Amino acid sequence: MAINLEEALGVHVQALSLRAQRAQLLATNIANADTPNYKAVDIDFKTALSKAQSGELPLTVTGANHIQAGRGAGSQFPLMYRVPLQPALDGNTVDTQMEQAEFTRNAVQHQASLMFLSNRIRDILYAIKGA
Amino acid sequence: MSLFSIFDVAGSGMSAQSVRLNVVASNLANADNVSGSEAEAYRAKQPVFEAIYASARNDQSDISGVRVASISESGAPVQARYMPGNPLADKNGYVYGSNVNSIEEMVNMISASRSYQNDVEVMNTSKEMLLRTLTLGD
Repeated sequence: MAINLEEALGVHVQALSLRAQRAQLLATNIANADTPNYKAVDIDFKTALSKAQSGELPLTVTGANHIQAGRGAGSQFPLMYRVPLQPALDGNTVDTQMEQAEFTRNAVQHQASLMFLSNRIRDILYAIKGA
Repeated sequence: MSLFSIFDVAGSGMSAQSVRLNVVASNLANADNVSGSEAEAYRAKQPVFEAIYASARNDQSDISGVRVASISESGAPVQARYMPGNPLADKNGYVYGSNVNSIEEMVNMISASRSYQNDVEVMNTSKEMLLRTLTLGD
């Protein structure tokens, strides 16, 4: 029986990649905490992950000759604007405390994905070496 | 890999906040300046932040950091003081002070320093995430 590496590693590959992208979004929100008229964005992780799994996430194509790739955790996912709890006078919708909390949560979940992935890799190595 | 670009994002935030801190320092240092005419009087400066877009598409998914777009000057009136003994005084005996509001500047300073700390924290966490990714499978 052949081992399909992609199947053996499961959903965690895509999850890890999405976690990293979400971290970037949250970092951008935090960096722009004092920018007038900046609107905080985030992704709905569940939707983005299911899209990444089903290969629905399209690559960014900038030319007519570019080929759409099928599977792979995404480059373009639906971004959503955050609904501010307390709108600021300058039009900024970043709630620093919430972004911080989300960033930390995302970091922990990133670590969890890494651990799952690590365990899978160890299992595969165990299957290969047999000891 | 997008974890690396977090360093750019947080770095841009840190440099923007340090410009803001710089401007606050300049305002506070010049708070007691006097000059001989209204036009020459020191006016409080304030940086204006703007989001950086990674490409020309200018949509929200491309934002990658922050920068100082410009430094604006406060339009608040400068105060004229009657000090005939001052060598800078004009022919009516007035000198013109700055329009710096020290309280505003102190608040600005605290806000800039907190935002800077946030960016440092983001950078530390990302570093941690990257280092752990590097040891994947060990």
